[in-house]
Parts: sequence; structure tokens; C-alpha cells
Amino acid sequence: MHEWVLAEGVISTALEVAEREGLSETTAIKIKMGELQQIDLEIFELALREIRQSQTPMVTNATAELEKEAAVLKYRVCEREWAFGDAPLADEERETIHFVPEIAHTYITCPGCKSPDFQFVKGRGVWIDSIVGR
Amino acid sequence: MIASTLALILSDLGYRVGLLDLDFCGPSTHAILGIDGVYPEEDKGIVPPQVHGIKFLTIVYYAGDNPSPLRGIDISNAMIELLAITRWGSLDFLIIDMPPGIGDATLDTVRLIKGVEFLVITTPPKVAMETVGKTLRILKEMGVPIIGVIENMKMAESSYVREQIRKIDVPFGGEIAFDRELEDSVGDAVRLLETDFAQNLKQIVLSTPAFKPQDGG
Repeated sequence: MHEWVLAEGVISTALEVAEREGLSETTAIKIKMGELQQIDLEIFELALREIRQSQTPMVTNATAELEKEAAVLKYRVCEREWAFGDAPLADEERETIHFVPEIAHTYITCPGCKSPDFQFVKGRGVWIDSIVGR
Repeated sequence: MIASTLALILSDLGYRVGLLDLDFCGPSTHAILGIDGVYPEEDKGIVPPQVHGIKFLTIVYYAGDNPSPLRGIDISNAMIELLAITRWGSLDFLIIDMPPGIGDATLDTVRLIKGVEFLVITTPPKVAMETVGKTLRILKEMGVPIIGVIENMKMAESSYVREQIRKIDVPFGGEIAFDRELEDSVGDAVRLLETDFAQNLKQIVLSTPAFKPQDGG
């Protein structure tokens, strides 16, 4: 259920951007979500809807488009790239990564070099890709 | 050890206290306080469990006993994630246990946590003071409030640390004598509070203005 707090962050950021850009109304927000966050889309959309309704008219009527980005890891030692979705993780390990994505370093090692020293090439975080308004 | 015991002391004095272990690569507060088998609740974020009167959050809830080999960017992102999703509620004090030095966790704490103040701990050896001096100078340069410096594990009479602190021109918080019994109290919060170490620290807390909460929490 920490989808709620992430949705709050998205809306408050959208408000900040709208104010900074001098928009009187935001009509569309495009949100990208990294696979590592393992967001429950249904809860996230519900949270976005409810939080939007409780905010100022600047964002109340904005549509929200959500797009997932697949997570890719690159090992620093052997430089191999690896899809997060292919990692052999137990359900409870996936659950902990849902809360703190960096915990992936605790549970995932390279199938080749066995190192936990990797970087997230993409697919981490929740961010606003674009905002449309007038 | 100081952060965990400080949180216990402030809670014992009746304050609303949170304890956040930001030493992701070497978390120890759960072991010091004997905290096991509790987890945050999920409620529009995560709500830290209350243990020994303290709202307590550690990466150990997620990593378990496994090592977390995190580089700088990972430490920053994990900090941001935890700070964003945690609902502490109203607190008088949030005590943060930091890794040593002026690395990512320290710099991000200054960057991300409004109103943060540093209580810096050193030990008597000159080598320790060499490193702590650098931390103090950078904190001063950044204009970060420093509550004071505590000289911990003092075994012999010496004014070296106090003199160095005076030269850097930051407050000297006090000194804590080396307590041979302290190790036996690790994992037992009640016993920890009864140690000479904790009593020493409590006297420092009672004589330090920063440990009186501001109105409004």
C-alpha cells in the first residue's frame, strides 16, 4: 500500500511543476514506473484519482497515463546485462524489493560472475515523463 | 551504540522518539536493542513498529541478516525511498544512527532532512580525532548545526580531544568513560539503560539544551 505515498509524491511534484511553469490547469500527466518498484497498478490508479480530487483545480481534471519500464541490471565486474524479470527470486524477496529497490543487491547476484555489484540501467523509480496544461 | 542508547534515554524521559538506522552496509541498532521479529505496518506508506517506546526503522526489516553491498548512488536512492514512504507521525526527536565519516549518508542527510542537527562521536585516539576533525570542518563549512562532540570510551585522563574541539570551535558535549560491562548489555535494552555508559550519556543529555524539544513536536 505504499502506492499511496508514491501517488502523493507524483501529484505534489505535478503541482510544483504546474506552478513553476505558470499553468492554470493541468490536463494530462504521463507517469513512468520502473519494474523494480513492482507497483500495483490498480491501487496506484485509485490513489492517484482520490488524491487528485482532494487537490486544487490545477490538477483535479488531469488524465493520468501510466507506462511501465522494464528493469535491466548491468554487472560492473563482467559487464553482463540481465533482466530483473529473469532473476530467480522468492516471493518474499520480491516483496522487500518492492519497498526498497536497492535491496535487490542483497538477493540478486550475477549468474555468471556471482557478484552483487551491479547498476540499474533502467527500470528503477517512479517519475513524471511529461505534463500537459494551459 | 550512542544513537540507540540516546533514543532509549529520550524515550525514558517521556519524549516521542524515532530511531532510524542509516548505516545500510553495517546496521547494528537492532542488535544493540535486541529487536527481532517485528516489521513495519503498511498503511498508505510504512509505519515503523514501536519497540521499547521507540518507533524503529532499519534496513534489516528488508535485508534480514544478509549483507547489503550498496554503492553511493544506491545508498542515496535507498535513503530517498525510505524517507519518502515512512510515516513517522509526530515525534519530539528522530535519532539517526549514521555510518562513520562524511560519505553519501552524511551528505544526503544534510541535503534531504530539514532541521537536522549533528551529535558527533569520537574516541580518544589521535587518529580518530584526525577523521572526526574533517567531518566537523565540513559540517561547519556547510553551515549544519552541531549539537556537540562526545568523547566516548575514555580510558585515561587527557585533554587532547577537548583541545582539538576548541580549536575547531564547536561545542564539546562531554565525555563517557570506557565501560567494561557495556558489552554484556548488548541485546538487552533494559540492562543497557542501567549501565554506567547510559548513565553518563543521560547526564550529557540533561545538560544539553538541544535535547529539550521545541513546541509543536
